[in-house]
Amino acid sequence: MIETALTDLWYGFSVAFEPHNLMWCFLGVLVGNMVGVLPGMGPVATISILLPLTFGMKPVAAILMLAGVYYGAQYGGAICSILLNLPCHPPHAVTCLDGYPLTKQGKGGTALGITVIGSFIGASFGITEMIFLAPALVSVAMKFGPAEVCSLMLLGLLAGSTLARGSPLKGVAMTVLGLIIGIVGADIETGTPRLTFGLLELYDGVEIVALALGVFGIAEFMKSINQNVKFDTKYANVKVRDMWPSGADIRRSFFPWIRGTLIGSLCALIPGTGPTIASFVSYATEKKISRTPERFGNGAIEGVACPEASTHSSVQGDFIPTMSLGIPGDTVMALLLGALMIQGIVPGPQLISQHPDIFWGLIASFWIGNILLVILNVPMIGLWVKMLAVPYKYLYPSALFFVCIGVYGANNDMFQVGLTLFIGVFGYILLLLGFHPAPILLGFVLGPRFEENFRRAMLISRGDIWVFVDIKNHPISTVFVGLSALLIVAQVVLWLRRLRPGERAPRIAATPSQAEG
Amino acid sequence: MHKLFPWWKRDYYAGALMILLGLITAHEGSNYPLGTLNQMGPGYFPVALGILLMILGGLIAATATAGADAEEAALPHAEWRGWACIIGGPVLFILLGRTTGMLPATFACVFVAALGDRETTLKSALILAASVTVFGVILFHYLLKLPMPVVTWGGT
Repeated sequence: MIETALTDLWYGFSVAFEPHNLMWCFLGVLVGNMVGVLPGMGPVATISILLPLTFGMKPVAAILMLAGVYYGAQYGGAICSILLNLPCHPPHAVTCLDGYPLTKQGKGGTALGITVIGSFIGASFGITEMIFLAPALVSVAMKFGPAEVCSLMLLGLLAGSTLARGSPLKGVAMTVLGLIIGIVGADIETGTPRLTFGLLELYDGVEIVALALGVFGIAEFMKSINQNVKFDTKYANVKVRDMWPSGADIRRSFFPWIRGTLIGSLCALIPGTGPTIASFVSYATEKKISRTPERFGNGAIEGVACPEASTHSSVQGDFIPTMSLGIPGDTVMALLLGALMIQGIVPGPQLISQHPDIFWGLIASFWIGNILLVILNVPMIGLWVKMLAVPYKYLYPSALFFVCIGVYGANNDMFQVGLTLFIGVFGYILLLLGFHPAPILLGFVLGPRFEENFRRAMLISRGDIWVFVDIKNHPISTVFVGLSALLIVAQVVLWLRRLRPGERAPRIAATPSQAEG
Repeated sequence: MHKLFPWWKRDYYAGALMILLGLITAHEGSNYPLGTLNQMGPGYFPVALGILLMILGGLIAATATAGADAEEAALPHAEWRGWACIIGGPVLFILLGRTTGMLPATFACVFVAALGDRETTLKSALILAASVTVFGVILFHYLLKLPMPVVTWGGT
């Protein structure tokens, strides 16, 4: 198995090292690193803006670049948390807790150095995990029929919506809303236009770019405008030579790196628990097993090393279910799947065998991209720090223009720009009402495939809805449905416990609201 | 404090909105043939999802707890100027993009959007709009060859 993996990986490198692909990979991580540093811009909005530009590109190059934006943004996000105490990227919110105190003590450079090394360790492990695990998963998933695919999607959707931020009930409602938006357009089997409200422009469905940029672009701008987040850059002058950590720091960070990496790679495998949960869990673990837990929060280097390693290991591991099963774990993965689908590639277990260039090229590009990021982040740290000072008032009008022209460019259609605006305003109302709209995109991307497989499963079973829990003929599907039921029961139990006065549901040690304090 | 949600708890509105959306979906869906579970018609899924969303909306409203009030207090103040400018920018982009081309559309979009920030002055908005316009036209018209005229009159 190791031998075939290595041959495939070798092939992957030959794809990723094609000058054309290498250039797009570099561009991706560069842009990612940049938006990671800029307070107020996220990888989701950036990937959505870049998505229309990839329509004319080859699928391999497109996916390498978009993926690069995602993991590149994680490197940049860490800089933002450590030097400015701004948890603008959720996975790095915990890093603020110890990263910013270190910066105040003048050790910001060391913290960044430890972060870069930890990130690389975490990412490397995540990639290795993907190399071995994804093909193994595929060999199981190849045997799946429509019923199994359906139950697996159900599990993925439920996990994605209940384990994410905010109220689980609202999360599920957002997923269902996403599924509904996914229905808009001509029915696959009969061609009947559905939920188009008589608008001819909606016949082809809602453009994924319009949905993503409405919800994560325009709605976010409406939320952030004039909020004037106070941050000061007076501690943020870091030089390259400050970044080399001392031997003592490395010794202290070594085991946190390893533990963080392992926690991150485990979290990546559970659908719905992405890098954010991984980083919180690993920070809490590190604090619990530390002999000096009181140092945490006052600039403990372990408190930076552990969550950063776990974030990066989880970010890379996130790609496993996405690329091998076609089930995205979070919004970014849903967007990447959307990008593949626009290129005419059907996601699912057959992807690795049908498009080995995409899968292995992507994995190889992860290594290259991470090395590029280390190179970008160490000598050019001064540039990134300068970029931190770009104020939001210049950022959002420019971004708004990119949103408009990006959506227009997707189809050369002004109607979609209007639709984006409509979705944006609607998305902001959802935000005000306490919904976290991320699961919308999950539902939207999976919706059509879910319906197709559901219909097929019903056709095969002659309308027997119990086929999903038929333990004799469909044991795998039964397990997935069982796990989904378990998730719901767990949420109900948690909710009942929260109702009882004086007894609070156990929470993860540090919440982002504390990190801001 | 501005109360964005007077009279009711926020979750009542949230639940009501979901019920409304579910109702619309289910109603629209019932216009198409439903079919049976064995042979599902195009209407089956929308109706099922619409009903599911209505149930979820009901649950959201029913479980509205006092705990949400703390979150409610952290809500932003009404930001009418900012909101109007963020909506106004793309609206101008659509209108001007249809009639006069990319250059005026871009300029107007960035300029109006920039005015949404209270610290932005007329001068800084002009400079920002001008620079984004130059950059945007070069990138999207000349490099990426987007089929949208730079300046035109009378529509495309």
